[in-house]
Amino acid sequence: MNKSLHAFARDAGNSFRDLLPIVSVIAAFQLLVIRQPVDGLLTLVIGGLLVVAGLTFFIFGLRLALFPVGEGLAQALASKGSVFWLVLFAFVLGFGTTVAEPALIAVAGEAGAVAARAGAIDDTPESMRSYAFGLRMTVALSVGSALVLGVLRILANWSLPALIIGGYALVTLLTGIAPPEIVGIAYDSGGVTTSTVTVPLVTALGVGLASSLKGRNPMLDGFGLIAFASLTPILFVLIYGIVV
Amino acid sequence: MELLLGTLKFIASSALDVMPIAVFLFGFQWFVIGARMPNGRRIAVGFLFVVVGLGLFLVGLEQTLFPLGRLMAAQLTDPQFLLESSGRLVSELAWHDFYWVYIFAAAIGFSTTMAEPSLIAVSMKANVVSGGAIGVGGLRIAVAIGVGAGVSLGCYRIITGFPLHYFIAAGYFVVILQTIAAPKLIIPLAYDSGGVTTSTVTVPLVTALGLGLAEAVPGRSPLLDGFGLVAFASLFPIITVLAYGQLAALKERVFGSRPEAEDAKQE
Repeated sequence: MNKSLHAFARDAGNSFRDLLPIVSVIAAFQLLVIRQPVDGLLTLVIGGLLVVAGLTFFIFGLRLALFPVGEGLAQALASKGSVFWLVLFAFVLGFGTTVAEPALIAVAGEAGAVAARAGAIDDTPESMRSYAFGLRMTVALSVGSALVLGVLRILANWSLPALIIGGYALVTLLTGIAPPEIVGIAYDSGGVTTSTVTVPLVTALGVGLASSLKGRNPMLDGFGLIAFASLTPILFVLIYGIVV
Repeated sequence: MELLLGTLKFIASSALDVMPIAVFLFGFQWFVIGARMPNGRRIAVGFLFVVVGLGLFLVGLEQTLFPLGRLMAAQLTDPQFLLESSGRLVSELAWHDFYWVYIFAAAIGFSTTMAEPSLIAVSMKANVVSGGAIGVGGLRIAVAIGVGAGVSLGCYRIITGFPLHYFIAAGYFVVILQTIAAPKLIIPLAYDSGGVTTSTVTVPLVTALGLGLAEAVPGRSPLLDGFGLVAFASLFPIITVLAYGQLAALKERVFGSRPEAEDAKQE
């Protein structure tokens, strides 16, 4: 108990340190450049303390739950030796965590509006909704396939740089064909898919898998899953823009 | 009271986000592995910490950083402010008159990345996996510099109106060159750090800055030019983390402190 209390206090200290740069940047700009009064200073201070507390809790829980669970499951699945379950696990993890992602829902809705204004689809709420839904499914599908591809890469020992660079070459190619309105949204959708809960889980999955397979280096083979998860959405959304 | 209610609402919504994942993980453990989760109670407590932590973190951001950041982005791109700082009207401004925007973009990109929870998670993992060779702090600073530089350059693109994919293609060309030269062990981590940077903290602020900028600059459309900053923020960390690995390898070669120079990376 005493030990975990000590760890907790250290996490709290770290959180303070992590937020210090933001506070100094905002303070410096407010005082030196913008020089306009800020109201609600008390709310700001309370909010800041909440951020520190939240970050501390999150990191503490991360070490207690997300890391051991991700790694434990990866190891259990690897020792079971069934590629099918491993691939299914990766797909459901990617698809399931992405489809409900609030940032993605927001971006997809906006994309529907943009497409309607650009005349790519009918300007009715109905067609905008179905466009946004299709986009959301496309992105969730792409993240699911990304994790499957990443897991297969770890199992089969494919070259990561070749896959990633090949993927981005394809992105560059498709950018030339895709309608211009979709390009910015496609590029940004790669960034919105990887949420705060997914990243630690996926990282633990990759590292756990690589360390339980013989002849794999967790540093070389364990990372790279997130790289796929930010590449495939761009690809899939560009294709979606071309097809729809 | 309002704050308390807001906090509870955020905790509830983060519980709703985490719930399906937790159910899926426990279910998979139960049905496929066919055994109970080892340390089940400890893990349940850990999930509780994650949910409460994420809720508090988001409510705090909503109270402080987001309104302030949006306000500052709006103030820095306000024509009145630009007139005062450069002495020229908006229609006559050259790209370098927006210097406060570039400085702010770099500073806010750097500092928000340092507080990004996903990046802290990945750095902790990388530190353990590399046996301490990759420092938690060093990696995070490398990523944060990348995001700062990327967002700043992204603002330059919005102001000048150059096409997004020229920058992105050029950036990936640099990544290819670095991939050939950099130590092998840093490559997967560097590729990952692109996706890690853009989650809870950085995206809302950076998007607000981009949209504000595209609205303020004459001849730019928020729809076509406002997006794309996130793409910069996920490209540049790859370059800086690869550079971090290259610098460490170079230091190794110059000072030659360890025999296994290829694998060893010091902070």
